Amino acid sequence: MINKFVSSVAEALADTADGSTVLIGGFGTAGIPDELIDGLIAQGARDLTVVNNNAGNADLGMAALLKTGRVRKIICSFPRQADSYVFDGLYRAGKLELELVPQGNLAERIRAAGAGIGGFFTPTGYGTELAKNADGSLKETREINGRMYVYETPIHADLALIKAERGDRWGNLTYRKAARNFGPIMAMAARKTVATVHEQVALGEMDPETVVTPGIFVQAVVKIDRVATQAGGIKA
Amino acid sequence: MSYTRRSKDELAARVAQDIPEGATVNLGIGQPTLVANHIPASREVLLHSENGILGMGPAPAKGQEDYDLINAGKQPVTLLPGGAYFHHADSFAMMRGGHLDICVLGAFQVSATGDLANWHTGEADAIPAVGGAMDLAIGAKQTWVMMDLLTKQGQSKLVEACTYPLTGIACVKRVYTDLATLACTPEGLQVIDMVEGLSLEELTALIGLPIQAA
Repeated sequence: MINKFVSSVAEALADTADGSTVLIGGFGTAGIPDELIDGLIAQGARDLTVVNNNAGNADLGMAALLKTGRVRKIICSFPRQADSYVFDGLYRAGKLELELVPQGNLAERIRAAGAGIGGFFTPTGYGTELAKNADGSLKETREINGRMYVYETPIHADLALIKAERGDRWGNLTYRKAARNFGPIMAMAARKTVATVHEQVALGEMDPETVVTPGIFVQAVVKIDRVATQAGGIKA
Repeated sequence: MSYTRRSKDELAARVAQDIPEGATVNLGIGQPTLVANHIPASREVLLHSENGILGMGPAPAKGQEDYDLINAGKQPVTLLPGGAYFHHADSFAMMRGGHLDICVLGAFQVSATGDLANWHTGEADAIPAVGGAMDLAIGAKQTWVMMDLLTKQGQSKLVEACTYPLTGIACVKRVYTDLATLACTPEGLQVIDMVEGLSLEELTALIGLPIQAA
């Protein structure tokens, strides 16, 4: 019997290796897998490359992960926030490498990895500072139908941590409102995807017409009680 | 003759005036968000939010906030009947794929030919953050900028060539400012309108670049 439900976050993350690239879902207050981030901190893997849209707020979640000093590099589109002081400090001290990526390129690079695409040409960022490699050299460009494009590579990962709403034991998932954001594409791009859900349902209970992430992209599911925090979605 | 600058709301109303019935529009974070308040209820306009919403509605009533339903600026919003949610790759495909009619952005500088600088001041100690700015700038069928014409120091933000790092090249079609509305064309600036009492000579002197009459 296939059963992707695991009884705890610790069990789901136990095999996370040092040096892993970890995709972490969420945008703003929506879709952040708080329990999985806390689990990764507790698990203790080091020398991580983390991919997220942002770089943490205040002292919890992503910021707490950065604070452990176990993240070597972050790939994101919008690190600077009013309360991103943990990131700001590490970055200014040279203790954290930043790869800044336009948000749509970030999404498409993740999607490309999941879809087995060896990269793509995009008009986004052409002629800007972000069309350069880390060493300052220009990324490959090409003119296609009279328009200029930049070549961008896929972002493959060892682990994806995502927050979904409902799941069954085959790993089929649905999301809630704008908390979907990076979940579906991150689930596709990692060798192992761990999802939290607030509702565990039996096979067949989810309308197959509305499954957003088919179970093939999901390796482990953990049921988490809905918490009445700001980042938890629904307020109490 | 004397003239009065458009207030932030007057500027938002001026932008809203040009958004046609049926348009799909992305309003950037900050000042462009105000434009939504000035689209008449009788005009059906679909608002897109980069985090995965089409058919975005206004802010919820106090106490009705749902933090799974936020806009790009991370403020709680609502969904109109008929609205849809989708993931990030689809959301940015809507931009990059040319499916959005209009996007309205803020800017540090815009060049006469429509280069945009709005993501980074380029200062050595500034922490860079780009978000969806570059995707929006080059993706929509029309990119409009809404900004004050002059900096606090009185320098024109419409320039011959941007000195701040670029967001996109030749991507801005129109610039709505507190003093005038202008088109950016391969041949340079063209005036669309000016506030009452402002002459083309005065506007040209403020900007310091040639401006074609409409």
